[in-house]
Amino acid sequence: MSARIGTALLLGWLLLVFVFIFSPIVASVVFSFNSDRFPTIPLGSFTTHWYDTIFADAEIGEAARNSIIVSLTTSVIATTLGFATAYTDYRYNFRLKGPYLALILLPPTIPLIIMALAMLAWLSWIGASGQLWSIIVAHSVLTAPFAMAIIRLRLNQIDPNLEAAAWNLGSSEWKALRSVILPFCRPAIVSAACLTAAVSFDEFAVAWFVSGLNKTVPVIVLEIVQGNIDPQVNAIGSLVFLTSITLVVLAQLFFISRIGRS
Amino acid sequence: MTEPLVTLSGVVKRFGDFTAVHRLDLEIGAGEFMAIMGPSGCGKTTTLRMIAGLDVPTEGEVRIGGRLMNEVPVHERDTPMVWQSLALFPFLNARENVEFGLRMRGVGAHERRRRAVEWLERLEIGAFAERNIDTLSGGQRQRVALARSLVTEPQILLLDEPLSALDAHLVIRMQGVLTRLQRELGITFVYVTHSQSEAFAMADRIAIMSEGRIEQIGQPREIYRTPASRFVAEFVGRNNILSGTSRGDAIETALGTFPTAGLPATGAPATLVVAADLVRIGRTPSDGAVPCTLISEEFVGATVTLFLEAVDGTELKVQIPERTLGELNAHAGGSFYLSWPADAGHVLAES
Repeated sequence: MSARIGTALLLGWLLLVFVFIFSPIVASVVFSFNSDRFPTIPLGSFTTHWYDTIFADAEIGEAARNSIIVSLTTSVIATTLGFATAYTDYRYNFRLKGPYLALILLPPTIPLIIMALAMLAWLSWIGASGQLWSIIVAHSVLTAPFAMAIIRLRLNQIDPNLEAAAWNLGSSEWKALRSVILPFCRPAIVSAACLTAAVSFDEFAVAWFVSGLNKTVPVIVLEIVQGNIDPQVNAIGSLVFLTSITLVVLAQLFFISRIGRS
Repeated sequence: MTEPLVTLSGVVKRFGDFTAVHRLDLEIGAGEFMAIMGPSGCGKTTTLRMIAGLDVPTEGEVRIGGRLMNEVPVHERDTPMVWQSLALFPFLNARENVEFGLRMRGVGAHERRRRAVEWLERLEIGAFAERNIDTLSGGQRQRVALARSLVTEPQILLLDEPLSALDAHLVIRMQGVLTRLQRELGITFVYVTHSQSEAFAMADRIAIMSEGRIEQIGQPREIYRTPASRFVAEFVGRNNILSGTSRGDAIETALGTFPTAGLPATGAPATLVVAADLVRIGRTPSDGAVPCTLISEEFVGATVTLFLEAVDGTELKVQIPERTLGELNAHAGGSFYLSWPADAGHVLAES
């Protein structure tokens, strides 16, 4: 009996947490379909007007294109770096391994704004700021640790003899990497690619500092909000949320579920 | 032994300061079923891994078919191994696992499939060819692992404690499968185990290892009845080991003097080994019998091992058929008399 009350209380708490996290997002989605200019209750009528205007806006379109290019490229670079680091950590022991790992794992421990300033200073010093690929470079550094962590976790689960078994059956080290390690890590790799893309797609601070004239979606959102209250922001926000949550859910499906199984 | 297929000469393997294998010499014949047996950490798995090329000897030579293998990389050796953990590829189904070695050798898809299915059927798991590894039972996985190693038709198969994860009744069945396969294929099996029953049931010859050294190599019966060292006598079977001094045709020990053949010269130290199944136990004293107190018993189906203690604290063991236990009226604390015929004793060569 008391156990049942406990369970009910816990479920209630869980519900509250979800309400707390998701109600602003739900509000944003609701107001994005609201005909009134100001976010007030009672609501006006249903409209897709704000979506029509953002799709018609060339600047927003350009920002979306930039964001997609940046997040996809970042995802590929960061996942590759992450895999390479995770594998070398799994496979080899060498002097200076500590500093080697710190090199890739440190970025998330640095406050974003410091990171952004440093990136700007460095990139403009070498004359590389204000380019689309400046954002890609910065985002790859920023997201590679996540990819590394996810793939390393997967490698923890491998039977240490699996790779040796492949050599034993006649595959060279490269062949074994391709035919055993990569397939084994596939769920983690897909998952890492989704997560790094999502992080890059949403990232504002670094993008704002180093983007110059190549604005990404979060940067353009700030510009719109700075000007006035505009329900277009709700429409953009809803789409961004949809993109990110899709990527995160995909990451979960590919990875977390596999971890549970093995 | 026929022509040796594998020769290890003066092989040493060190990991940092730790020496896993000391100056090992071993010849394994073509078509021989060789077991390497010893407690964990004795260097038996390292020895196997050096044959496979997974570990490189620090000193000495490993030859297979006469060819010096020290510098030959793992994937060029054709020394497939059945791993203790099986190490099946979890992202491939049973058939694809078996095909792996053929795929690495560039065999075409059609041919690969045909040979893989043939091996799965030979090992009576043809019905599970398309099943995922994690839906197979322990015994079925074992067979997939065997098929995967044998599909490339190697001259030698290495097995690293392959049955240790199986239930007892499956172990017996797989022993049958392994010995049958080895005889049919006529190839060399090198089988590493810590299990006496596995090694004795299957092997043509057994090498007993301890602390990186081979203590004895011989046929199972030879090792069982005439252990070469104290270690082997303790590790194999159930032996009573008594230290004493030679009196020419008898050995003088703390428990009495026992007539025995094969002793060193009078006055030299000697060790007598008497297998527990050759010891007689009775309730009444007789000439030369050792008085003991029963401490405990170990029941293994048809035979029972009784553990007894002599007056000076020496532990002695007796193996008797279970059905004779009743008439003996054995219970802990009871007094008994142990004796053995003079030809039951075996004298260790070492001092």
